[in-house]
Amino acid sequence: MRTHKQPCRLDTGGSSIQRGKPLRFSFDGKSYTGFEGDTLASALLANGKHLVGRSFKYHRPRGILTASSEEPNALVELRKGAFREPNTRATTIELFEGLVAKSQNRFPSLAFDVLSVNQLFSRFMGAGFYYKTFMWPSSFWEPVYEKFIRRAAGLGRAATLPDPDRYEHAHHHCDVLVIGGGAAGLAAALSAGRSGARVILAEETPRLGGSLSRTDIIDGAPADEWVRNTRRALEALPETQIKTRFCVFGYYDNNIFAAIERVGDHLAATPKHLPRQRLHTIRARKVIFATGALERPVVFDNNDIPGVMLSSAVRCYVDRFAVAPGKSVAIATNNDDAYHTAFALLDAGINIPVLADARLAPSALSERARQLGIRVQHAMLPQCAHGSHRVTALSLQRTDGAFAERVRCDCIGVSGGYSPNVSLISQRGERPRWREDILAFVPETNKTEDIGCAGACHGVFDLNACLQDGFDMGERTAKELGFDVDTQTAPSAPSQEAGAIHPLWRCPGNGKAFVDFQNDVTADDIHLANREGYSSVEHLKRYTTLGMATDQGRTSNVNGLAILALAQGKSIPEVGTTRYRPPAVPVAIGAFAGHERGKNFQPVRRTAMHACHEKFGAVFVEAGQWMRPRYYPELGENMEAAIWREAKLVRENVGVCDVSTLGKIELFGEDAAEFLNRLYINGWSKLPVGKARYGLMLREDGAVFDDGTTSRLGNNHFLMTTTTANAAAVLAHMEKYAQTVWRDLDVHFCSATEQWCGVSVAGPLARETLKAVFKGAVDLSNEALPFMGVREFVWNGTTARIFRISFSGELAYEVNVPWGYGEAMWERIMDAGRAFNIIPYGTEALGVLRIEKGHVAGSELDGRTTATDMGLGSMLSSKKQFIGLPLSRREGMTSPKRPSLVGVKPVKPKQRLRGGAHFVTDIAKKGKIESLGWISSVADSPAVGCWIGLGYIQGGHTRIGEKVTAWYPMKNEMIEVEICDPVFVDPKGERLHG
Amino acid sequence: MHRIKCPFCGERDESEYIYQGDASVSHPPFDASIGDFYRYVYVRDNPKGWHREWWHHVGGCRMWVQVARNTLTHEIYATAPAGGVLDFPEDA
Repeated sequence: MRTHKQPCRLDTGGSSIQRGKPLRFSFDGKSYTGFEGDTLASALLANGKHLVGRSFKYHRPRGILTASSEEPNALVELRKGAFREPNTRATTIELFEGLVAKSQNRFPSLAFDVLSVNQLFSRFMGAGFYYKTFMWPSSFWEPVYEKFIRRAAGLGRAATLPDPDRYEHAHHHCDVLVIGGGAAGLAAALSAGRSGARVILAEETPRLGGSLSRTDIIDGAPADEWVRNTRRALEALPETQIKTRFCVFGYYDNNIFAAIERVGDHLAATPKHLPRQRLHTIRARKVIFATGALERPVVFDNNDIPGVMLSSAVRCYVDRFAVAPGKSVAIATNNDDAYHTAFALLDAGINIPVLADARLAPSALSERARQLGIRVQHAMLPQCAHGSHRVTALSLQRTDGAFAERVRCDCIGVSGGYSPNVSLISQRGERPRWREDILAFVPETNKTEDIGCAGACHGVFDLNACLQDGFDMGERTAKELGFDVDTQTAPSAPSQEAGAIHPLWRCPGNGKAFVDFQNDVTADDIHLANREGYSSVEHLKRYTTLGMATDQGRTSNVNGLAILALAQGKSIPEVGTTRYRPPAVPVAIGAFAGHERGKNFQPVRRTAMHACHEKFGAVFVEAGQWMRPRYYPELGENMEAAIWREAKLVRENVGVCDVSTLGKIELFGEDAAEFLNRLYINGWSKLPVGKARYGLMLREDGAVFDDGTTSRLGNNHFLMTTTTANAAAVLAHMEKYAQTVWRDLDVHFCSATEQWCGVSVAGPLARETLKAVFKGAVDLSNEALPFMGVREFVWNGTTARIFRISFSGELAYEVNVPWGYGEAMWERIMDAGRAFNIIPYGTEALGVLRIEKGHVAGSELDGRTTATDMGLGSMLSSKKQFIGLPLSRREGMTSPKRPSLVGVKPVKPKQRLRGGAHFVTDIAKKGKIESLGWISSVADSPAVGCWIGLGYIQGGHTRIGEKVTAWYPMKNEMIEVEICDPVFVDPKGERLHG
Repeated sequence: MHRIKCPFCGERDESEYIYQGDASVSHPPFDASIGDFYRYVYVRDNPKGWHREWWHHVGGCRMWVQVARNTLTHEIYATAPAGGVLDFPEDA
């Protein structure tokens, strides 16, 4: 394999990489070589690539700031085509053979970006720039401003193809969840796990050990060895699980956590049997946060030039990846930690031109550094970084702002102190508490006993203290849960004396000093926002976008708050923090969707006769979760023709329609009739056994809720039907009243929708057809089974129910048999009906037939209409009380001005009606359009010979014969229509009684 | 995610339930005034703190359950079946 030289790879060291396994990858079309164990960031640095992106607003060159997931700068587009993912952090991408990545937000190229002229105008692009500039005229928004903003200030490009990856969901229950696999987390998992408690140790990166460095000693051995031993010990515990590449990003009520596991992201391609990522839901009895601390950048002029890195990141790249981030690395700090970086650099033979320490007095470590020959300068701050695509020098200043010296360097390691990583723990809403001694927010954990913290995430920075803290916390947590804990000693490390930290928020300067790198927010922006009155921290955040990027401001929040506090002359805790919200890290939308996408988005419900419909070539329509046959096209027939034919032939011969999806609820009990009386507007007490009745129910506010026929099968036994759409809502409505309001009623009910399947057999030959089907098993004569009659009978050894009800207005029967017999029933009916030219008809023809008959359906029951609006006011019983009656008597609900149900047809018979069109007054006369009502349903009616419709119009029946204009603004159609009776077919009902 | 103890099924995830509103209002008798019904349907307190609520266990036993829940902290103090006595925090 041809490999490229890696100019900045050190000859020795690198605990994470395997030099024997070179990997090729490409960045912006150019190929490079790295090693297995590299991140994309470390591999780029090994190849001397510091410039990896352009900034959000000003298109400034940006490099790699961190070595971990809080990276604000090094965001790249990873992979190609449908797999392309924007804004992935180069610091967390594990290198694999053939990796392809591209830089973002640059045009035309990374090195030469024409939009970087933005920075020349940057004095006009400060805080709230978008709010101020793109305000007027509003007509410019879509065509001009939005396009400009999207082009100029964007992150990566999302893939335009459907996500080809698979995602899974998983669930866990554990006694103790330990979040973070560093020193404190490992110690906590060890002591908790040994007690026998079920422990999950969650670590975001592929490796355990957190920020432990090569030189740390634990229990007398190098830290790496201790980590290996501890891992082995944990793996031997049967109830303890170690999860790596497992990032906990959400913390919810009741100690419920969400985590994302990167199963295939580190591989060139995810194997077929694995998902790319798994979304885990963890229900933990107790949780120990060991999320560590994040180093803060230092805010000084030009602190964003590629080559400026966090001191801890410099150390990590040198130690773990054997990468020299520079030939000459200057260091600027306000605390002791950066000295360890200096020692690591020294070990690797990298030049340190200066270590600028903002603290006035030397500490033990600075003395040691001096003895090692490092040029330590106290009371010295960075003033300005120099260079364009890479740092070339650093100017230093004294604390009073006086220029001190200019130092040549090609990398600057900065440390502004450590902020405990409180973003996850604070998601529950408790604001963290400020500790002046360490200049950092720590979590407030007093209020709940189910959470604990260990190590740096609550301000314990010394390694020995972290180990002790984690171990104690694990032990205590297990004990609280009732597990036996053998007394063991905690792992220990040599204690180190720690010097104090010195506040260093904004080094004096007049240039661009970045606070939030990802959103290009400078210290000046914060001052400007404050001057303009955005003084609350939440307002500041939204106005300047500080901390609003995908990194959630993990490197910028504390610096930003401190600068705001200084500007206001307040203390940092007085200014306070913004709220933390999940997810703590970006999570692919696909992971949330899991398997529930495409055809698996929701369950599909098919009726018992589904296969029969398929055989007849049905085109299906989704009705909620149900698949219903919409129409059955014959060869060469389009939808309109099929619907027209089906509707026509039902009225001529006979048709069969699957009505299984109607909601069915069986009611039992002494008070079942009384319960129905209260649910429906019409009465049920006098309904005889063996009869059905049409019922209408209202909501409590008086508007119509649902309708359907309900049959009395026995004295205390009813079968209610609901519309398909409202089946679940009606059941819940009934449960509410039976369980919470009228608990004294003796009524019990349950859904029977999926227990009984049903067909409607309609048309003049319906009786002849069913006679041939049932062959005397039930008497179908008009005398034995009149209109609205109901019979239960035995047919071929199973119970069947027949209802003489009609939605179409034809002679019609509904037949129900137990669900499993649906297919057999369908086939018998089709066989017997062949002699009568029977056809199957779908929901569209059903709709045509009911409109012709003037029957209301979903479009008329739109949640706003009353029984009287529908022309069903006569059903309102005056002899009883029912749900919705009191509020249906309100003035507005009974106003004569309310539109009510009418029929409508075009004056010119060839014209088409549109559902949703409005009846309007004479436009020419008034100049202002006023709606008189609307068309709710339309159909191309074979029976009438033109388009017909149902609708609501002011004045209702009194307008019959009147001609009005129907306006359909969606197509700007205006046609003349005639208002007519809503019953177009068989107004006397001779057909359905026949 | 709430974990709600159903009096019939035991502790279950919130996702098994549907929130059904304020349990402190009760259905007026039918002969009550339109004003009473108006208040029953439309007028609700919006308390910051403890609240009596209905949660319908639709994904379980389908029973309506009374829940004493803190709207600020999401703490659940007690649950009870419909018609039962709901323990309610004294400071509320």
